[in-house]
Amino acid sequence: MLYRRIFIEKASTTWMVLSISIILVLPLLIGIGLYVKANPLFEYMSLGDLICSSTWLPNEKEFGFLPFILGSLHVTFIAFCLSAPVCLLSAIFLTQFSSKRFMYFMHPVIDILAGLPSVIYGVWGIIVIVPFISDYLAPLFGVKSSGYTILAGGIVLAVMCIPYILNMLIEVFNTVPAGLKEASLSLGATFWETVKHVVIKKGIPGIISAFGLGIAKAFGETMAVMMVVGNMVQTKFHLFDAGYPLPALIANNYGEMLSIPMYDSALMFSALLLFVIILLINLVFRYFIYRTKKYE
Amino acid sequence: MYLLKEEMIAHDKTINIMKTDIDTESVLQIKNLNVHAGDHHILKNINLRIPKNKVIVLLGPSGCGKTTLLKCMNRLTDINKELEVSGHIYIENDDILNTSTNVPLIRQKMGLLGQRPYPLPMSIYKNVAYGIRLKGVRDKKMINYSVEKHLKEVGLWDEVKDRLHHSPGILSIGQQQRLCLARGLAVKPRIILADEPTSALDPISSKIIENLFRDLKLNYTIILVTHVLRQAVRLADNVVFMSNGEIIEQGSPQKLFKHPKSAKLKEYMVNGN
Repeated sequence: MLYRRIFIEKASTTWMVLSISIILVLPLLIGIGLYVKANPLFEYMSLGDLICSSTWLPNEKEFGFLPFILGSLHVTFIAFCLSAPVCLLSAIFLTQFSSKRFMYFMHPVIDILAGLPSVIYGVWGIIVIVPFISDYLAPLFGVKSSGYTILAGGIVLAVMCIPYILNMLIEVFNTVPAGLKEASLSLGATFWETVKHVVIKKGIPGIISAFGLGIAKAFGETMAVMMVVGNMVQTKFHLFDAGYPLPALIANNYGEMLSIPMYDSALMFSALLLFVIILLINLVFRYFIYRTKKYE
Repeated sequence: MYLLKEEMIAHDKTINIMKTDIDTESVLQIKNLNVHAGDHHILKNINLRIPKNKVIVLLGPSGCGKTTLLKCMNRLTDINKELEVSGHIYIENDDILNTSTNVPLIRQKMGLLGQRPYPLPMSIYKNVAYGIRLKGVRDKKMINYSVEKHLKEVGLWDEVKDRLHHSPGILSIGQQQRLCLARGLAVKPRIILADEPTSALDPISSKIIENLFRDLKLNYTIILVTHVLRQAVRLADNVVFMSNGEIIEQGSPQKLFKHPKSAKLKEYMVNGN
């Protein structure tokens, strides 16, 4: 009997170690795989040229990725600016001010939004956001636009990220102990002062983490953005101009343009770039969390 | 005889024995207080007078409504939307349950010390200064003076004076509890509400807190919730025994513990010891 229990103990531990090893090795394998596939491109262009050049002429073996990197950054930046305040304020309201009944009502609504396929957001962007920008918003600023713009991509991406970030922020604020809020209130703070000085402050590592994961998700989002962003290679940033993010480049061209020499290596390099940038975003946010926890 | 004779003697020496009924000047008066949570009647028609500069111990089994009663006194029940509170709680002739006075001002009259310390997510200095700043004090010298004074009042100054701008996380649980007490005292409350403040502490830290309460009652009224009979004997000027949301018996610890009238208190004392 004892031998059987010891065997189960060892087997379960081994299984857990094996599982965690797969999780550890997987990103490494993806990174190495992408690097190997992208490697032929480095014989034609240096890494600096690939990242800093804005010339995209695949037929002439000119692969400048700057427009795509900037396209991704622009769309992600807009999405973050639009979604972050909405998520933060909504999460504070739901966890600190609203009734439990309203919270129970909102939970499935958020879950439905989070579960919608990205293509639905894309279609919604095409039939609502794109015409809204071309017919109302752009003329309001005296600009002529097709509506397929960086702004449209940013808005659709923001709406997609809201349920994702909101769910995480709700969890963050729910973990702030009631005793901490009571301590602040009993010192004469109003509820808003308590939220501002105690709840948000206590939740800062979690807030940073939620925003970091949200940005990483937004940066890698493909389908919905690709449907509304215009997919035009350019480096200048204007809200009412089209853009071309990295994931859209891969999704639009992989499998179709591979007859062009080096094109598949270029697309693999763009995937590697995406991989590294998301890794860097996560590392930067991890560092922020470490810093805030250190001084907590 | 349910309690140690030595403890009774020590108590007699340190605390003036009160009469059975609270007849000194009241700082807080509760009349017909009822609290409901849906169909559950948590507090049932509570009537109580709290005399000034005394330690009043609320004693009773878990779930009898002690903490809810304590939270009614500084209206922390407001944040639980499921609770319905009715009745009157008078502090300095102001009925805090039916008043136009701002609730934060009412709460500043009632310092709260929880079951376990909850230092705010800021430095040791800012923890004590938090309530002072909420009162509108902006003068840095005044705040510094107040922080030092109240940290000294709880005997923490010498231990933290060189690391005032560090996180309270570096302090032991006992030190954190004293920090929370200093933070509460800094807003100059009339009454200290202590909800089992030593339950998470080791015996030495508990003793420090108990000694602090003995000193603090010269200037403050202390309402202490505890499960520990011996602590009640050591500290209480008056004991209020509760069960099932009702006040069953109240009086001086000498009378209450030597000659308990109710079967519930007798049973609690037997099991509590």
